[in-house]
Amino acid sequence: MPRWLSLVDGPQTLGRGPAFWFVLGVIVLVAALLPTFVNAFAITNLTYFLVWVFMALGLSLIWGYAGILSFGQTAFFGLAGYTYGVISINLGDAGLWTWFALLLSLVLPAMLAILVGYFMFYGGVRDVFVGIVTLSITLVFETFMAQTAGPEWTIGSARLNGFNGMSNMPPLTFPWGENPIIFDGTSLFWLVLALVVLVYVGLRILVNSRFGNVLVAIRENPERAEMLGYNVRLYQLFVFVIGSVLAGLSGVLYTLWGSYITPSSMGLTAAALPIIWVAAGGRKDITATLFATVLLTWLSQQLAVKGSQYALIWMGVILLVVVLFAPEGLFVTVWKKLRDGRRMRQRATAPKTVSLPSA
Amino acid sequence: MRWSIAHFLPHAQMTFLVEAYAFFYQLADSFAFLVLCGLGLAIIFGMMGVINLAHGEFIMCGAYVTVLSARAGLPLPFAMLCGTLAAGLVGLILEFLIIRRLYHRLFDSIVATWALSLIATQGMLIVAGPSIEGLKTPFGSFELGEYSFSVYRALLPLIALLLLGALYWLFVRTRFGIYSRATIQDADMARALGANTRRIYSQTFTLGAALAGLTGALYAPTITAVPTMGQAFIVQSFVTVVVSGADVMLGLAPSAAVLAFIQSLLAKSYGQLIGQIGLLMTVIIVVRVLPKGISGWVLQRNGGR
Repeated sequence: MPRWLSLVDGPQTLGRGPAFWFVLGVIVLVAALLPTFVNAFAITNLTYFLVWVFMALGLSLIWGYAGILSFGQTAFFGLAGYTYGVISINLGDAGLWTWFALLLSLVLPAMLAILVGYFMFYGGVRDVFVGIVTLSITLVFETFMAQTAGPEWTIGSARLNGFNGMSNMPPLTFPWGENPIIFDGTSLFWLVLALVVLVYVGLRILVNSRFGNVLVAIRENPERAEMLGYNVRLYQLFVFVIGSVLAGLSGVLYTLWGSYITPSSMGLTAAALPIIWVAAGGRKDITATLFATVLLTWLSQQLAVKGSQYALIWMGVILLVVVLFAPEGLFVTVWKKLRDGRRMRQRATAPKTVSLPSA
Repeated sequence: MRWSIAHFLPHAQMTFLVEAYAFFYQLADSFAFLVLCGLGLAIIFGMMGVINLAHGEFIMCGAYVTVLSARAGLPLPFAMLCGTLAAGLVGLILEFLIIRRLYHRLFDSIVATWALSLIATQGMLIVAGPSIEGLKTPFGSFELGEYSFSVYRALLPLIALLLLGALYWLFVRTRFGIYSRATIQDADMARALGANTRRIYSQTFTLGAALAGLTGALYAPTITAVPTMGQAFIVQSFVTVVVSGADVMLGLAPSAAVLAFIQSLLAKSYGQLIGQIGLLMTVIIVVRVLPKGISGWVLQRNGGR
């Protein structure tokens, strides 16, 4: 196995070896070239599907790898979106200010996550109660934002605008002499795609490192991990912060994509969606989560033609079927079936020799 | 009907009394709401450790059936009975089909009930539309000073207390109650002694669902039934149950009382939404300070079970 592969491949992820990465590379390449084949509308849609991936990957890390079920990832999503809105509307799109707004929109969720995570993990809040605390925070945030309709709820020149949400924030702009680069349409798509690749590979490295192994050890048995000398709470806090920053990244990109953000993007229904994507694909594998998220957001959009209720019903049905019949997630179950089938065939056809474990 | 004590009392005292009563009315109303919301959820959580995120939808089911059967011509009490039974029946079926398979998988049971909630809400939206015509609140209202109070809503706290009493009787005096408490304490031992724990779980879930249905039925005349109403109820239910802890009989009433006080106080000074936020903040703090809720705290002080 080449050296670089041992960084990104390992026991904590399905799919390994040059062939797997070659296929992924082709998929990314095709995606990157798509803007030359399809129209702008399709690209805008595609961007929308990719925007959610970060929140899902973050939840997969928190829930699937570390065993902490957070219902409240949309709180970080919303916080980041609103932060970008407030900062960018106040500072405008001159110079690098939109990038400053982007940065700050990731720092604030990180700070909130540190606060909440410290409160929970160092305060002995566990299991279901983590879900209750995170969901409560989300609902507090949603309720608060929903009541900011009045003109007194203004930060600088940005009106929070209550239930209707904020809009008209400037897009990411990079100063480039006479004509600055504005990230919308195709360029936003490329930016989001690049970020997806970056975050995916980064997470592959993270979960297959020593850190990832410890996370899984904590998921399987926190007491045992603690007895073995690992600082369980610190690991949990760290992973919670990473997951929340990723949710924040989704929030900023969503805000940039539609140039609006509303309180309902944090509410109960919105909070259910990441859980569905992650559970449906397979929460213990980031590749499954990645593809499930894109597929399900696409499917939701297709189904929502007649109204969002039709999409949500099917999301509910998918979730229910997965929990009952493929608790590991659809993609992971299918992948493992195929892999085991292949191994069985190999074993059946292979000549009977004693194989020594290679050093 | 009109009360006119105003004739007997000087104005200043009268105003004070009316204000005090208005606050008390608000408090009792909140209390009733929290108790009624929490009951079904608390029984299912306390007995089986299953967090039923579809609880709000059982309430919705109760409300819808009540409204529809009342509009079809049934007298209100019978319509409410229909709502309760319908929710109970749905609970029985869902327990048999789904919940039963997930008893030892905590996260999965939460996620599955969340899926059910989504399906029920959106399904109702498709079947019945965004809202249905409501019922008239029975019994009219009475006036005190410049306020007008609904008689029906003033009765709800009494009904809540009666229900708590009935459940106490059910769990302490009946065969079902003894079996079910044995099952909570040690399911394996209860099974070894001949209790059919599977049936007890099924009955408990049905009871919890029926109680949720009853809550929906009781509130049906006071609100407009909409498919998403479950969401408004479930937050309150959760808050009450988390603060109460697993032992319904011990924790629910104190928990509802404390929360009702916090909510009424905040709502009176800053408005409904801040009251709601106050509730949620309380829950976050309670989870941290008393992770097993009020009942867990009381039991611990008394040396546990």
